[in-house]
Amino acid sequence: MITARYHREIPQRYRLEAGKCSGCGEVNFPPRVVCPKCKGKKFETVRLNNEGTLLTYTVVRVGSDKFSKETPFPVGIIELNDGVRITAQIADADPEDLKIGQKVKLVFRRIQEDGKSGILCYGYKAVTV
Amino acid sequence: MRDVVVIGAGMTKFGELWSKSIKDIFVEAALSAIEDAGVDHIDSMYVGAMSPGLFVGQEHLGAVMADYLGVTPIPATHVESACASGGVAFRQAFLEVASGASEIVLAGGVEKMTDGADVTDTLATAADQEYEVYQGITFPGLYAMIAQAHMHQYGTTREQLAAVAVKNHRNGSKNPNAQFRSEISAEQVMSSTMVADPLRLLDCSPVSDGAAAVIVASMDVARKLRKNAIRVLASAQASDTIALHGRKSITTLGSVVSAAKKAYKAADLQPKDVDLAEVHDCFTIAEIVVSEDLGFFEKGKGGEAAASGKTSIECKIIPLNTSGGLKSKGHPVGATGIAQIIELFEQLNGKAGARQVADAHIGMAQNMGGSGASCVIHILEGK
Repeated sequence: MITARYHREIPQRYRLEAGKCSGCGEVNFPPRVVCPKCKGKKFETVRLNNEGTLLTYTVVRVGSDKFSKETPFPVGIIELNDGVRITAQIADADPEDLKIGQKVKLVFRRIQEDGKSGILCYGYKAVTV
Repeated sequence: MRDVVVIGAGMTKFGELWSKSIKDIFVEAALSAIEDAGVDHIDSMYVGAMSPGLFVGQEHLGAVMADYLGVTPIPATHVESACASGGVAFRQAFLEVASGASEIVLAGGVEKMTDGADVTDTLATAADQEYEVYQGITFPGLYAMIAQAHMHQYGTTREQLAAVAVKNHRNGSKNPNAQFRSEISAEQVMSSTMVADPLRLLDCSPVSDGAAAVIVASMDVARKLRKNAIRVLASAQASDTIALHGRKSITTLGSVVSAAKKAYKAADLQPKDVDLAEVHDCFTIAEIVVSEDLGFFEKGKGGEAAASGKTSIECKIIPLNTSGGLKSKGHPVGATGIAQIIELFEQLNGKAGARQVADAHIGMAQNMGGSGASCVIHILEGK
């Protein structure tokens, strides 16, 4: 993970900052230059609601080497209460207990590390509520 | 636009081709296509490949292949649209001939996946790096999430997923160019190693090397060469959000629906008019979802259709992936879209041997990239 590339995403990964379109009200996460819904270019920064519902999930059992320590791990698509959908790992859960429709919330966690001497990379994961 | 035809085809065997380089296999397929077409030159060429830079450390693939094929100084362009690279390369060749800019164009595709690159990481570059892959998701994982949602929403079963793999291996056992020419049982699929729940190893297309090429030409050229020309009735392409989570529905592939709508309109045909289709079965669930989104089956009924034999070579409904599909024939990603066209070329010329679909007249090829962020569809017509 190149440090500059990581740094650019910090507002989204640490604080769930999204761009709310001033034209149509669509909340875009991550923020965009052009709103895909109304083509508007003016946005206000808002923070996403961190609670939502699990729409689907899987358990990654053959993963990238970067995740070898935690493989297998569950990942799902979550619809947050403000309508935004994201992909996130589901932490602290027994995969057997997961269900589509389950309520979850996003928490701050370590996601990956950049090799033995690189930076630690953080962001959001979901936990069941 | 004027009529465009396919007049020749050639491909390597798909598989682990350890002794051959990416240049070797592309040139082998291209020479074979040129010879099959009987042309003495090509005006330009397109090379579909997903990620030669990461797989073998080579970019600038258009020039590389023109050089090694010995056809410089013709225009030669590398086309990339992830796993749809081959289909999009074919579309570029089609457009170039249809526009009148060229008479004879080579459309090829290639991927060399077994030279030691991290295949999982390389394929994952077709998804959103910062908002999907950062979280550890893989391609089997993305399609597994589609499968879970489809099973939850429509009652699709584990057995129905397995039926796709079993059928495609049965078809591939009859294809001399297929990577896996062995039949498999549903029990073998359902007891193979779990990759991403509910998808197991035998739900997944393999890691492959391979190349494929076709010669696209104007009708005038075909008449002069007295070739059995297969006409391109429609070429349609569509895009969707790069991230699976960005879509309204997780169980419908919007790019497939959009491209299909355009293709049927251009060809003035309906799903029931199609005699056979090569579809992008990178995972068993993909064939099921695509068979619905192309309009062959009602939404949610694709699994049941696969399990009840409505997609087999012998069926009169819609034979899918007579070549063995990506699952059994192999999936050298950039070559796949061209290999689909080659299967239609053989079927519509009545030269598919033991895989031949009786009275095949209209064929469709559906090739997609990523979790469906791009899709390209062609409809071809035989005699």
